[in-house]
Formats: sequence, structure tokens, C-alpha cells
Amino acid sequence: MLSVSDLHLSFGGIKALQGVSFEAAPGEITGVIGPNGAGKTSLFNAISGFYTPDRGRVAFDGRDITGLSPDRRAGLGMARTFQNIALFRGMTVLDNIKLGGHTRLSANVWQALAYFGPARREELAFRAEIEERVIDFLEIDHIRKAPITALPYGLQKRVELGRALAMQPKVLMLDEPVAGMNREETADMARFILDVQEEFGTTILLVEHDMGLVMDICAHIVVLNFGQQIAAGTPAEVARDDEVIEAYLGAAA
Amino acid sequence: MITGNLKASYAADEQVFDNRNKRAFLYAALLGLAALAGFADDYVILVACQMGILLIAVVGVNVVTGYTGLISLGHAAFVAVGAYTVTIFHEAFAGAIPEGLRALIAIPVAMAVSALVGIIVGLPSLRVKGLYLAVATLSANFIVIFLIEQEVFAPWTGGMVGIDTPAPDFLGWTLDTKREMFVLIAALGVLTLLAVQNLFRTRVGRAFIAIRDRDYSAEIMGISLLRTKLTSFAISAALCGLSGALFAYFYARILPEQFELALSLELVAAMIVGGMGRTMGPVFGVAVIVMVPEVIKSIFGVATGGEAGVAQLLAPLQEIAFGLLIVLFLLFEPLGLNHMADRALRALNRWPFAR
Repeated sequence: MLSVSDLHLSFGGIKALQGVSFEAAPGEITGVIGPNGAGKTSLFNAISGFYTPDRGRVAFDGRDITGLSPDRRAGLGMARTFQNIALFRGMTVLDNIKLGGHTRLSANVWQALAYFGPARREELAFRAEIEERVIDFLEIDHIRKAPITALPYGLQKRVELGRALAMQPKVLMLDEPVAGMNREETADMARFILDVQEEFGTTILLVEHDMGLVMDICAHIVVLNFGQQIAAGTPAEVARDDEVIEAYLGAAA
Repeated sequence: MITGNLKASYAADEQVFDNRNKRAFLYAALLGLAALAGFADDYVILVACQMGILLIAVVGVNVVTGYTGLISLGHAAFVAVGAYTVTIFHEAFAGAIPEGLRALIAIPVAMAVSALVGIIVGLPSLRVKGLYLAVATLSANFIVIFLIEQEVFAPWTGGMVGIDTPAPDFLGWTLDTKREMFVLIAALGVLTLLAVQNLFRTRVGRAFIAIRDRDYSAEIMGISLLRTKLTSFAISAALCGLSGALFAYFYARILPEQFELALSLELVAAMIVGGMGRTMGPVFGVAVIVMVPEVIKSIFGVATGGEAGVAQLLAPLQEIAFGLLIVLFLLFEPLGLNHMADRALRALNRWPFAR
């Protein structure tokens, strides 16, 4: 579904990514882990189009998308969330989620100015869809009219997931979905991620520091350290890998 | 009192006037406009027309600055383009198009030309933000006025001394009184507000707000920054062009100096005082901005008995008053008069219980 091959990315002298290659299998959850500064977020930014890699390619659905802008990639069916919540803070929860439908709705400027007619039909149909598929699904009915700024952190994370889901993405990229959450919120989020996979068959790519979560829900894990891919495999394989243990715990004395 | 949320369909929930208090205000406002057209004296009509013309331009500024977050200090240029396009169009097609149709074509043409100029002026917004964009649009204002004043274009624009404007004629209905102009201006003003409100309840307008709130997040939603920013500039400039067209029809003569920086600042001031990024903001803002000089005039008229020398003081006093208003609003009510109105409406919904 999503494949990255031999990705190289550098900022001046800093080599953020050095030859990362992996494939996110359709309908599965792939985790990307690594210590701080390993290049996980750089990898995400390269995949979603904010950074242009120096070398290597990103392919989506069998198509090379390395040169596409972020908005074109979104149009193809790639959605993501950010490590530091990137919701639209001036809007309500509902409007944020509606923005996820931008590429799926089609009203042009004239239809929008007139509203009554195609734009209204489309908006109402979309509203009904997100109420069921996103708002009800993520159990955020009670806050749909609330401004983002009034929500606690955990709920904001959930709304950001909702906004991505409204895109009906083929690939969903989650950048640290449970960072800073307590145990209960983490469990909730893990349940939602599994529900998304099961209900919609979405391919999920996940960056996360919470090892428990990653080991529990990922089918496949890629480990980065200093921009290099040091291991890849099932959770069990990765957990036994000497290089991974060394990266996380330091070399044995 | 409005008790509870009794909506039973998404259509009802998506309504703009979603409770009876809001609807009552809408009907009252429309009745008020009709009453003005019917019974107001000439002075009130004159002030109301000035408000209406300015309102449409402020709505335009609000689209690009209030909703899209792109600061513009050059919108007077688009008003100028609209005003001059209409005037030149009437002159150029005096023989070719029958009189009753000329205005009907001239207004859309003026909007289109303004939109085009808007797109060109908006191009830097893809690279620069904030203060830098403000300076870029500011210089666009100067360039447009400079071009209008050039001797080369004087045969069409009249140069520094300005040009006489036509009276519009819609299929034989000649708007040669201020009262008739008021009907046209009021109708177009209401239509403008409606269109912009519609825009921001659909994907197109939401994309504008998304760019204002967080541009990289907007991109990840599939919003093309290039297209959306330029669309915003085009709509905004087209509205200013419409305002300019009405300006030309309303006054007997237009001069380049009427469209200089002072007007751009007035538009921005009205937007800030009224409330940025809110549909009704411009209405409140324009009411204040147009009333301020009138109030100053009447106060000074009373204080001095209407001496001639005082007139010289009025212009600088007006500027000071605008400046003071902007500062006070940014300090104490950054969301503008619209927010105060919202609060009042909310209190009314809950009356006689909690405020």
C-alpha cells in the first residue's frame, strides 16, 4: 500500500534519514520506533510531502509520489496526525472534522456562494456521514459544538484522529497518538486505532514511544536509530534484536 | 428564552438563523431597511448609502484578512479599479450597448477586472506573510493610484482631476436620486452578506479559515495553498470592485485621491472594530466608522456654532478617532463589536435566567 525505498534526507550536515526502506502492508498496523532524534518525524514529513528526500522514493498504491505536494498526496488518500496537535484552533470540533472532507466534497466557488442547491445537498450528506462514521465512532458527540481551545489534551488528540478519519483515508499516519496521555486515555486511543483498522480496513502507520502500545497493536515494526534503519520485523523479532536492545538500553558493559 | 436544543435534523442544525431570536433580528433588520428606503430623510439616506458602499468593501477585506488571515492594506486599490472600470466601460460602450443594459454588464465586468487585479496583487501571499504581505499590498495600492494619475491614461481615467461618472440605468429604470441608489445598494449589501455567509458554511470557505488557523495542517487536508489563497484574494477584490462600482454610480465624480491609503486603513479599521472573521462584523464596524465623523461634526457644530475654521480640524480629528478606536478595540475587545452583540444575543436567549 505504502512503500518507502532507500530514503535519504539531510539538513545541511545532519543526516536525518539514511537509506530507510520498508513497506506498510494493506490493512495492517506498521509501527516506526526509535530513540529521540532517530528520524521518525522526519520520515513522516518525507512521506507526507513536507520534505523532499535527497534520494529514494515513496510509493503509494503502486504509484511514485515522491515529487507530489502534501495536498496532492492528501487527495490520493493519505491522512496524518501530528505529534503536537495541529487542529484549527479557531473552529469548533465539527468544523475541524468537516475539513477532513475537503478533497471528497466538490462544491466550487459559485455553488458555495449560492449554497442552496448542490453545495447544501453535499454538505448535509457529508454531515450525516461524519456524524456516524467519525463523531459517533469516536464517542465525541457531546463536544461537537465545542471550540477546540476548550478541550482537554486527550480529547484534542481524538478530534485530530477524527479529522483524519473524515478523509476516509487509505493510509492513516499517526505521529505519537498517545504521547502525554495517561493510562486510561492510552487504552482508549489504542481501542480506537484497532477499531479503525477493523472497521474500515485502513492501513495504519504509527510512530510511538509507548513500547507497550506498539508491541500490542503493531503487526510489523521498523526501528530507526540516527536515521538508519537498524531492524524490521514482527514485534517479537524486534524485541529480541541485539541492535535494538543496544539502541534503547546502551551497549552491555 | 430558548429552552434546550430541539433540532431534529442535520438540516435544522446547519441553519444560520437557528433560533427564533436570531430570526426576529433578521426580519427586524430587513424591515428597518425597507423603512429607511420609504421614510428616511435625505441626510439619513446619504449616510446609509455611504455605509452600504463601505460595507461591501469591508466584507471584501474581511474575506481575505479576517477569514484567510492574509493582511492587506491595499484594498482601496480594488475599489478604485471597480469604480474606474465602470466609468470607463460606460464611456467606451456608449454606442455599442443599449443604455438599459450597460450597468447590468458593467458591474460584473468591474468585479471581474478587480478579481483579476486581486489575483495579481495576491501572488506575493504565497511567499510572504504578516507584515511583509501588508507592505506588498500597500505598495500595490500606490501603484494602482499612480497608474490612474498618469497623463498617458488621462483620456480614460481623467488623471489627477478625476472623471465624471454615469448614472446607472437598469432596463429603463434610471437611478438618478439617492433614494433609488439606496435601494440598489441595500439589496446588493444584503446579497453580499448572504453570499459570504454561505461561502463559510461550505468547503471553499472552510479552507480559507483552515489556512488562517494553521497552514501546514490545511495542506495535509488536501487544501492547495496556491489556489485557495488566490481564490480568497479574487473573491475579496471582486467585492471591493462591486463597492467601487456603486461608489462610481453614487457620486457624480471620482478622484484618484479618494482611493488612497486612507481608504484602505478605513476598511481595515472598520473590520477590526466590527470583528474579524465574523459575518456581521463589517456591519457593526461600518456603522461606527461612518458615524464617527458625523458625530464629531455635530459636536463641533454645537460647540462652535458652525464656524468655517473648524472644518480644517475635522479631518485630523477623524484620523485620531479611528486610531483610538482601533487601539481600544484591540486592547479591550479584540473580537470586535460582533462579539459584544453575540454576548447580548446569548443573554437574551437565556433571559430571564442566567446572563
